[in-house]
Amino acid sequence: MTNFLLHLLLIFGLAPLLPGVIARTKAVIAGRKGQPLTQLYRDLWKLFRKDLVLSRTTTWIFRAGPLIGFAVPVLGALLLPFGPAAAPLSFTGDFVLYVYLFGLARFFTILAALDTGSSFEGMGAAREATFSILVEPTIFVAFIILVRISGDFSLNAMFGAVGSGKLLQSPTAFSLILTAFCLFIVLLAENCRIPFDDPNTHLELTMIHEVMVLDHSGPDFGLILYGTAMKLLLSSAMVVNLLLPVSGNLLLDLTAFCGALLLIAVAVGLVESAMARLRLIRVPQLLIGTTLLSFFGLILLLR
Amino acid sequence: MNLYLLILLPLLAALVAAMLPAERHRPLLLPAASLIHILLVLRELADPSPAGPHGMLYLDALGRLILLVVSLLYGAVSVYAIGYFRSHPTWSNRIFIVCLLVFLSAMSMAAAAQHLGLLWVAVELTTVVSAPMIYFNRNRFSIEATWKYLLLCSVGIALAMLGLLFVAYAGLQGGGEQGLRLGHLLEKAELLSKPWLRAGFVFLLVGFGTKMGLAPLHTWKPDAYGEAPGLVGGLLAGGLTSVAFLAVSRVVQIMTAAGEGVMARQFLMALGVLSLVFAALFVIRQRDIKRMLAYSSVEHMGILAIGLAVGKLAAYGAMFHVLNNALTKGALFMAAGNIHRYFGSKRMCETQGAIGVLPWSAGIFLAGFLAITGSPPFAPFMSEFAILRGIFAGGHFALGVAFIALLTVIFIGMSTSVLTVALGPTMEEEQPSEWGGESFLTVISPLLLLGAILALGLYLPEELRVMFQEAADLIEVTP
Amino acid sequence: MTNVTSSLLLAVILLNFFILGTSRLGACIRVVALQGALLSLLPLFLYGVNIHSLLLSAGALLLKGWIIPWLLFRAIRQVKIRREIEPRIGYITSLMLGALTTAIAFIFADRLPLQPEHMQSLFIPAALSTLAAGFLMLITRRKAITQVLGYLIFENGIFIFGVLLTEAMPLMVETGVLLDLLVAIFVMGIVMNHINREYSSINTEHLCLLKE
Repeated sequence: MTNFLLHLLLIFGLAPLLPGVIARTKAVIAGRKGQPLTQLYRDLWKLFRKDLVLSRTTTWIFRAGPLIGFAVPVLGALLLPFGPAAAPLSFTGDFVLYVYLFGLARFFTILAALDTGSSFEGMGAAREATFSILVEPTIFVAFIILVRISGDFSLNAMFGAVGSGKLLQSPTAFSLILTAFCLFIVLLAENCRIPFDDPNTHLELTMIHEVMVLDHSGPDFGLILYGTAMKLLLSSAMVVNLLLPVSGNLLLDLTAFCGALLLIAVAVGLVESAMARLRLIRVPQLLIGTTLLSFFGLILLLR
Repeated sequence: MNLYLLILLPLLAALVAAMLPAERHRPLLLPAASLIHILLVLRELADPSPAGPHGMLYLDALGRLILLVVSLLYGAVSVYAIGYFRSHPTWSNRIFIVCLLVFLSAMSMAAAAQHLGLLWVAVELTTVVSAPMIYFNRNRFSIEATWKYLLLCSVGIALAMLGLLFVAYAGLQGGGEQGLRLGHLLEKAELLSKPWLRAGFVFLLVGFGTKMGLAPLHTWKPDAYGEAPGLVGGLLAGGLTSVAFLAVSRVVQIMTAAGEGVMARQFLMALGVLSLVFAALFVIRQRDIKRMLAYSSVEHMGILAIGLAVGKLAAYGAMFHVLNNALTKGALFMAAGNIHRYFGSKRMCETQGAIGVLPWSAGIFLAGFLAITGSPPFAPFMSEFAILRGIFAGGHFALGVAFIALLTVIFIGMSTSVLTVALGPTMEEEQPSEWGGESFLTVISPLLLLGAILALGLYLPEELRVMFQEAADLIEVTP
Repeated sequence: MTNVTSSLLLAVILLNFFILGTSRLGACIRVVALQGALLSLLPLFLYGVNIHSLLLSAGALLLKGWIIPWLLFRAIRQVKIRREIEPRIGYITSLMLGALTTAIAFIFADRLPLQPEHMQSLFIPAALSTLAAGFLMLITRRKAITQVLGYLIFENGIFIFGVLLTEAMPLMVETGVLLDLLVAIFVMGIVMNHINREYSSINTEHLCLLKE
């Protein structure tokens, strides 16, 4: 029960902080002062108090998109261990559910975008679909590596066993580091961060995620922003789980975990400051390269 | 000491050539260095020097043979070179001559190397220094030929390096101390790990085979020989290939000593026959005389490979043939160079009737053609006949028949081109060439080489015969 | 020390992927230089500090990490090109082929009859996959400079294997090998420059005048 509450607390409470950290990192690097760290909390508060405007062409799907996009990360949070806190829901093969839950969310986001009938949103939806297909193999290869290391098919064991200091044992260390690196790139791609997509762009032509949610407003848009932030937190948590050793002291470990999440956010901010968005044709190249990298990690593990 | 001199002297000459300011006198360094080189080689043959301190340099019978071949050919080419540079007085020859001299040094080093690594270094060095020589004409054709030659041979030779490492690993696997010293490898050959040795052999054969120009690795040859100046073509076709042949022989030596001779011979024979086939296919209707000579070179490398593969008498023939091929190819390429220069073309249709304007060069070209295709009384006939006898004595009847048939095809194929060039009607409208006719310097060398070939065909000195036999015996040592 | 060498070799393999997947020549040259520099540290970690390994490492570092990249940079400055525009096969395909050959290298290396001390090390697979990557570059790229880079990667692969066998190679021979490599690259650079002068491009496609 504690774990259950803990997970909900983290996912609801901490998630909106991460985009704030990223934005602040970028601002500091660019020499600006930047928005407050809690900007997203305020935005959400504002959005939830607003009215909803719906286009006459839309159907119920348009409303279902944001809802599912919000519900899925919450469910996902219950499947994934957060550092020392084991996942409240765990069963053999739950990583398949985990991946396809996000597939479901993406499916509905795409449908909702298509539902508006706008050509821009259709374009963004097409790109989102393409890139997510390219990301999926990496995730699965990474999960296979983790299954192989832990010898168990549940996320709890896959990420839990790894975290407890196995990292330093030589034969698996390389694969683990590679996997963590690949998952970090997956994080950037899945959460529409810079080398793949620019969250701050103002050109519909080059947007991917942002353009899909162009027509959402008010509480719906709030749900989308909240859902995105939670997804970012979950992606970061996967990377952190792989790299963070566990000491045994729950409080200490939990603090370290939250700190590491923020560090990941800082890292994302650094990447965003250092790189420019890739041309769209180069994106598949990078994603396939990532898949091959994770594949290489698998080879290293299997030999 | 003597051996070090053989290697260092050309390097010293190269240094002098690099610093000499006068373009006109620089070519004179070539015959000077070459003359001393020949004298040193002769002294070495009469009084062999003992193995060096680390056993890295030593001349065995095979090394002596190759060194002699290279030295004689180089001597002839160096005299020709003076005449060549006189006809191109305005071209800067500094790099060319430096490269030529380093080339001699590298070939000497390869002949004397008793460590496979050193042999590799020498062969690779010949590749990189011959590239600028091929590019001497500085046009689109020669740059293409140079690039292809450089890249193909560098990669080939890199593969040979890999093969060497495999052989070294075979030594390591065999429990012996690892090493690539030839004597050591031969002594401990039975201990070598067989899988690694076999893999190493394949890579070495591919690597040095590229250098030697065995089909199907010969593709650089027509381009490089075709676009290089005649004297470089002669040096490559006579000297470089002989050095590559030496390298291949060394590998076969090790394989035979390790009891893997059968595999080595099968591979060599396959490549040899393939070379003959390729040469026969491409020499027919070849419109370019230098490219024709290149295919002839492929053919003769094939003959050498077959001789080496069959062994016994055929190996003796192969050793004899190395000398014959080198000297004849030298004469042919120099004569072809004269014809090329006079007509400003090496296309067959534009160089007809050379005998009317270049009686000596055309005559040499014709006689050289007869010699290289194995017509009596020239020496190549003797050596090819020895190989053929070896083939039949070894019981390879099908091979023998194919050998004769392919040589006949090549003879006919070459004769159409050569006869047109040498004897056909002299072209009427030809304007006088900027470089009038032939001079003593550009004719004497091929003439001498041809004379030597003729003399060897009529009478083979006992010393040479013994040397060939010893060289052939070297690769026959079985466990 | 095995951990350090393994990390170095792993980095080398990853750099292979990078080179196969990138089109910017400057980055390519830098990465090849980095690869060479990493490799030149191998003898030190494998054999400890002694005269032989020290000299070998220093020589390789100087040549592979500094002089040759400098020569190549000079070459691309002279011919003024920045990118390999259209390789014979795409970057994604060559990346995939690279991964495939790496996988094969790992599987193959396990089946080779190796010395017990080399059984589990990354040396053999790293050497094989680097060789394969170099070969891929040589075959699939059109620009003369990328072919030279392919040749260099190929040489790096041989170097990895050679490090295992340094005792077989006296210092003199190793020096000769490295110097040969240097001269080869030097000559290739010059030839490249002349190709550029003749054709205003270093695409080797233009080199098709000589054929039967």
